[in-house]
Amino acid sequence: MRKLTWFNVTSLTLGFAFLYLPMVILVIYSFNASKLVTVWAGFSTKWYAELFQNQAFLDAAWVTLRVAVVSSTFATILGTMAAYVMVRAGRFYGRTLFSGMIYAPLVMPEVITGLSLLLLFIGIGLDRGILTIVLAHTTFSMCYVSVVVSSRLVSFDQSLEEAALDLGCSPWQAFRLVTLPIIAPAVISGWLLAFTLSLDDLVIASFTSGPSATTLPMKIWSSVRLGVNPQINALSTIMIAIVTVGVITASLISKRASVRALEDEQAAART
Amino acid sequence: MRRFTLIAIPYFWLLALFLVPFLIVLKISLSDTALAIPPYMPSLDLSEGWAGFMAFLTELDFENFVWLTEDDLYWKAYLSSLQIAFFSTVLTLIVGYPIAYAMARAPEEWRPTLLMLVILPFWTSFLIRVYSWMGILSQEGYLNQALMSLGLISEPLIILNTNIAVYIGIVYTYLPFMILPIYAALEKLDGSLLEAAEDLGCSRASAFWLVTIPLSKQGIIAGCFLVFIPTIGEFVIPSLLGGSQTLMIGKVLSEEFFSNRDWPVASAVAIILLLILVIPIILFQRNEQKQREAEK
Repeated sequence: MRKLTWFNVTSLTLGFAFLYLPMVILVIYSFNASKLVTVWAGFSTKWYAELFQNQAFLDAAWVTLRVAVVSSTFATILGTMAAYVMVRAGRFYGRTLFSGMIYAPLVMPEVITGLSLLLLFIGIGLDRGILTIVLAHTTFSMCYVSVVVSSRLVSFDQSLEEAALDLGCSPWQAFRLVTLPIIAPAVISGWLLAFTLSLDDLVIASFTSGPSATTLPMKIWSSVRLGVNPQINALSTIMIAIVTVGVITASLISKRASVRALEDEQAAART
Repeated sequence: MRRFTLIAIPYFWLLALFLVPFLIVLKISLSDTALAIPPYMPSLDLSEGWAGFMAFLTELDFENFVWLTEDDLYWKAYLSSLQIAFFSTVLTLIVGYPIAYAMARAPEEWRPTLLMLVILPFWTSFLIRVYSWMGILSQEGYLNQALMSLGLISEPLIILNTNIAVYIGIVYTYLPFMILPIYAALEKLDGSLLEAAEDLGCSRASAFWLVTIPLSKQGIIAGCFLVFIPTIGEFVIPSLLGGSQTLMIGKVLSEEFFSNRDWPVASAVAIILLLILVIPIILFQRNEQKQREAEK
């Protein structure tokens, strides 16, 4: 086994300090009693109390959560279908265009995605609000889902599916009983990715939403443009805490699930 | 029939919500600005049939694009976006490579944890991560406080609202994108190759330059593109951390659209931005393909 040299230890320490120190400072100062965010004046949770009384933030959080749940669910269904089409459907008319449309949104600058969708919604006269944000988020996150799911589809043994079909399953049954359980970890991580992308998105939401719907990132944006704000520090701390707990739990679950899926697959291949 | 439905649903979704909107942007970029709702001319009128369509086509022109070349604001914004993206990619590489290297050299049982520590910030709100630097870099911020109490400076440094803050913000938020592909390449690297190089008389440093760097080239290239491509169109970082002299095209585009309400020019700015992005994207795709072929 190799030992870490002092150089490697230093770069790991400095690297992770750089990645985590800003967030740690944010968390510490969210408990600062002073309104002057950069001057420490004792421990207090008053910004949290104020935050939970701020109706505008609560409303925005509720909008964001609804948009994220609905759009990531649609994105997962559509993205899984798209992945299946890309990996399994063989040749069909317009396949190149299809794969182009899957990959292009991944590299498209957000300002352009937002602008183009806004122009579409105005063009067809759709009122901007929660619905248009959901449509926009579903579209760009389904591409991420399909990339995640198709990498799993490529790596799994197709003969399992063929065996199910030979044994009298309908294609849908084969998908539901064989394919879906095997790709489930990828589908779940696709959903989580879509959910986070939606929660996090500021640019596309600002373009596609109307006066009736403000998401949390839009609300944060409009208040931090004026400078550092203790309520936002408290809000950030809550969001960081949720993400940390979520990611650690998800990685433990997906690790267990993928180990089990691999064992199942190997067991099935042996028998 | 079932196969058709399976293909058709995602296909038409993407056609309607990706390709059509994009064509609308293209069309509006060729239209003229007008004081109307919507604020551009001509609008397509299909009631006159083919003749109406032809009349519509003849009214489209490249005026907005010509205008973009004449007003040097746009040139400067494109160039400075490319410049900021280029330098911040180099900086991210310099910061990220040693971290990826040390991760790949760490004891095997640490690696999953280290990997998770790199991925975790990616799941945290981008906006909040950028915002966290506002408190650090401002004039009475934590960095200035720390430096002044150490006696290193006597007057606060002005960092926030300058390009330096933009660079820091980009390196910070895109660092995981640089670390992960380089780590993936370095982890696969066979340690015996380095031993062989040293046995054959290479010094440690030259073994690093002659063996490690070339073998992690694919990871370096992938990481650089993953930072460079999204940085060009970046909007949040220059708006929050940059100052009035920070020109980046993403910011110009949204100002053109929301403040000036000039849709045709905003659309033309978007089309040119995409044309600029096509080259790095194709190069990136090629690199990925090469990597896939090498793995086979």
